[in-house]
Amino acid sequence: MTTPVAEAIAVACLIAVLGFAVVRPRGLPEGVGAVPAALLVVAVGALPLAAAWQEVQGLGPTVAFLAAILMLAHLCREEGMFDAAGELMARRSRGRPMRLLGLVFAVASLTTAVLSLDATVVLLTPVVFATASRLGARPKPHVYATSHLANSASLLLPVSNLTNLLAMGAAGLSFARFGSLMALPWLVAIAIEYLVHRLWFAGDLSVVATPRDTGQRTPTPVFALVVVALTLAGFVISSPLHIEPFWAALAGVLVLATKRLLMDPPGRHLPELRELLAAANVWFLLFVLALGVIVKAVVDNGLAAAIGHLVPTGSGLVSLLLLAGLAAVLANLVNNLPAVLVLLPVVAPSGPAAVLAILIGVNIGPNLTYVGSLATLLWRRILADHDHDTEIGEFTKLGLLTVPVSLIACTGALWVAVQLMGV
Amino acid sequence: MKVAGWIAAGTWPAVVQAMRRRPASDELVLVAVADESEGVPTGPLSGLMGRARRASDTAAVDQLSRTAAQDLLAQAVAALGRPCEAQLRTGFTEREVTAAAAAIDLLIVARDGDRTRLGPRSLGRHTRFVIDHAPCTVAVVWPGETPGLDSIPAPPPDR
Repeated sequence: MTTPVAEAIAVACLIAVLGFAVVRPRGLPEGVGAVPAALLVVAVGALPLAAAWQEVQGLGPTVAFLAAILMLAHLCREEGMFDAAGELMARRSRGRPMRLLGLVFAVASLTTAVLSLDATVVLLTPVVFATASRLGARPKPHVYATSHLANSASLLLPVSNLTNLLAMGAAGLSFARFGSLMALPWLVAIAIEYLVHRLWFAGDLSVVATPRDTGQRTPTPVFALVVVALTLAGFVISSPLHIEPFWAALAGVLVLATKRLLMDPPGRHLPELRELLAAANVWFLLFVLALGVIVKAVVDNGLAAAIGHLVPTGSGLVSLLLLAGLAAVLANLVNNLPAVLVLLPVVAPSGPAAVLAILIGVNIGPNLTYVGSLATLLWRRILADHDHDTEIGEFTKLGLLTVPVSLIACTGALWVAVQLMGV
Repeated sequence: MKVAGWIAAGTWPAVVQAMRRRPASDELVLVAVADESEGVPTGPLSGLMGRARRASDTAAVDQLSRTAAQDLLAQAVAALGRPCEAQLRTGFTEREVTAAAAAIDLLIVARDGDRTRLGPRSLGRHTRFVIDHAPCTVAVVWPGETPGLDSIPAPPPDR
């Protein structure tokens, strides 16, 4: 097969897969569209089987890591960690919405960093809403902050965001190195979010709360907290020991799951295991693998050459800013997953700093569009699916206030970190 | 006289207090609104590409705003300590409160904006709408202390 034909097939498959993922016909999982498309790309020879296999093998540890983190977050929820966090925030805020906002920022930033953005969006946000309303405060500033931080506080660690996991290999950075280079940009991103949320929601935050005591007391899940802390330590020490960090995550999952199984009453064991497997979200893992294969075909058959000279090279401040901006635009057009997969192979030769700049773009960028990409937003508007105009309007305004400033300031912070520590 | 009070997070104790002072002959109604658009934004949830989220996930999130409004209303009814009608409405807050005022003589609301700087913004977005459109007399009460006369800024120099 000639390269242009192969490229055309691969691009068509990619568009079809992304279209399927946005439209979700009959609510089918995204992987249902992606897996056959990836097989098709290989079957017609747009990507040699060996190359496809190599890509799958390369993504293997990333996907295993992802599965382990998803299960870890699920187990933490089951252990009552998020409920306990909600009660802690309620107690410590002493009925003052401004204090609550500070606590929400701390909890949401740490949850995102350690248990990934999925945990913050899916598991923490409802708890924050319930906490704020139980306190008699207006929930809006707090839930909007949580939703924003799921993206912008996902810069710190490779586990914080799937984009980071995908990039860790390309950047050739160890877990600890990644974290130390991204610490400053992470703090800058959180600080900007905090300032904007405080000013934007000044009215909502000035309301005096009227707490309602539900009498609920969730015991602090000490065991789960210790396991998560040890898992985190495992991530850090696994790199120098040349062990894939997903083994540490898997160990954490095993310990927590075993503890739960031992404590479970009879008859709960099977449901417990079934829920754990559901949390690992096999369709999602397949989607990531399939998307990786299709993007590989697109990049190899000509995209790399086509956009190679458009993408800035080097790791000077201007190049990094351009890369972050480009990544943010691409993430907002399609979605940050395909964006990062397309950009990584092109940018990786420019070094770790360039890869981290891409991550700043794809992680912070999605805050600009309510659902993380313009394509998804437009489709949801066509369906009139559930979104309220006031919600989208307010989200977009907050995004416009935070995203451009954060992109520039965080990339600046990354540049400073690189100058100070070297890469 | 039929008197309604708008029960909203944070400001409702002031409204309930004002309603307790109404004469015993008054008929009292407490109105709270479950407003999905003020709840958890579901966009980020469905923006997670590849995670195969189901519609039931967003439905669960919407249930949260209903539960919160219900709890708030129950809390207010208990605090009022007088016979009253409790109305839980679903929809856009400002429109539901205005509609609830249709057969009402007096609607009591609380100032709900940023009260640290008195001015147009000391009324929240929804309160502004309700005051403009409610088909009855609206009483605006202060949550907490009323401001003293010293809260009035100095007149502009040209006056």
